Amino acid sequence: MAFLEIKDIYKSFGKTEVLKGIDFTLEKGEVLAIIGSSGSGKTTLCRCINFLERPDRGVFLIDGEEIFNAEDKAYTDKQIREKRLHFGMVFQSFNLFPQYTVLKNVSLAQELMRIDGSEKKLSAAEKAEIRADIDANSRKLLDMVGLSEKTDSYPCELSGGQQQRVAIARALAMKPDILCFDEPTSALDPELTGEVLRVIRELKTSDRTMIVVTHEMNFARSVADKVIFMADGVIEEIGTPDEVFGDPKSEKTKAFLEKSLENPLA
Amino acid sequence: MSFIDVTLQLAEGFMTTLLIFGVTLLCSIPLGLVITFGSMSNFAPFKGLASEASSKFVKTLADFKPIRCITKLFVWIIRGTPLMVQIILVFYGPGLIFGAKALPRITAVLIAFIINYACYFSEIYRGGIESIPKGQYEAGQVLGMTKSQIFFKIVLFQVIKRIVAPMGNEIITLVKDTSLARVVMVVELVQSAQDIIAQKAIIWPLFYIAVFYLLFSGLLTILLNFLEKKLNYYSG
Repeated sequence: MAFLEIKDIYKSFGKTEVLKGIDFTLEKGEVLAIIGSSGSGKTTLCRCINFLERPDRGVFLIDGEEIFNAEDKAYTDKQIREKRLHFGMVFQSFNLFPQYTVLKNVSLAQELMRIDGSEKKLSAAEKAEIRADIDANSRKLLDMVGLSEKTDSYPCELSGGQQQRVAIARALAMKPDILCFDEPTSALDPELTGEVLRVIRELKTSDRTMIVVTHEMNFARSVADKVIFMADGVIEEIGTPDEVFGDPKSEKTKAFLEKSLENPLA
Repeated sequence: MSFIDVTLQLAEGFMTTLLIFGVTLLCSIPLGLVITFGSMSNFAPFKGLASEASSKFVKTLADFKPIRCITKLFVWIIRGTPLMVQIILVFYGPGLIFGAKALPRITAVLIAFIINYACYFSEIYRGGIESIPKGQYEAGQVLGMTKSQIFFKIVLFQVIKRIVAPMGNEIITLVKDTSLARVVMVVELVQSAQDIIAQKAIIWPLFYIAVFYLLFSGLLTILLNFLEKKLNYYSG
């Protein structure tokens, strides 16, 4: 049984059908790259998985447990909050909280969940203990993305690449089962994409499952275990990087790859 | 009547001006937020009725948001009529319409001011809230925060920073609007100058009160600038 199963996802905005039946599975520890031209539904798929859009039809399961089923109309806010914590999300435009320091950006959600959201009344000593734990963990994550020097800076004082690395640490702080990246380098200057891609590459460990929507073909080819090429709201081609990049079956994939890999200066 | 006597008498009126200013601000700032929530409410009781196949009428009914409509109507009325008329209405209205005992003058004035300013503030808040990028809400959502955590821990502070300047405008206007209270014979600064003019037949106190207003709004400007600088520790 696959770790993540996505079954038959449909999503329309008004009369525009964006996703027309998406199915795929992902094993624990695998990295999935989703490629495709603009408007093919990659971002919408990523947003559906993170409960930012509600699919019109479809089911997703993690480890065999049903996380979402479009037939079940009545998910409460609380249920959705719990379910979406299986997933983490890194946005194209970072979306850091500008009024908080880098450290607080990473620790805030944990504090809200474990201290403010605690079901039992916490004593001051317990609170301090939890806070210390969150603080240590946040610092560790920031160290991992190479920003241990910047804990007290504000997002506006960082470069785009640094901001995106903070956003990655912030998503990791919630210990998601599956981390999704929605075009994480598209808003960055070309010279800053490298540092972000390097961090994502380093995250690839045996138990970290990731979905990366990307335009960086070389990155997708070298990091991903599985590649999906999307076109017009369907999965046009799915396979290992060598299959999709090396020997594409579909004409659309071939055309897309030719265009993407074309060197305009040659 | 000496300069000092006039100053003392005007200072007494100025205390009432300060009272109206202070209480109005204190109450209308939070009340404005409540009105904002009303005017942004998405509560639609008939939402479940419509399906793809419903008639146009049913679809319109399904989109009907009663709280939002009523709040917007209320804000339109309050912003669309003079504050002076509202003060008169609150003070004389209950007696004329229901034969009820009139409220104390200052209470009537305060009620009218608080409601009026809360409506103006609510629109400033709404503009501020709507200017916060959707990504801020989404970032909070994917981190498992509740709606109220997102509002109070993430959005509100950014809204405050964005609305300090327009709020400052309204607050300075309020300083001078307090003079409308004399329409129901509340002796604030302008009325106390009028009293002096009527009793002593001297005209200069009427110009002298401008100094009170200027000094006070100057002080507020300094405070607001200080606040704006404080909030400027981050950009964006």
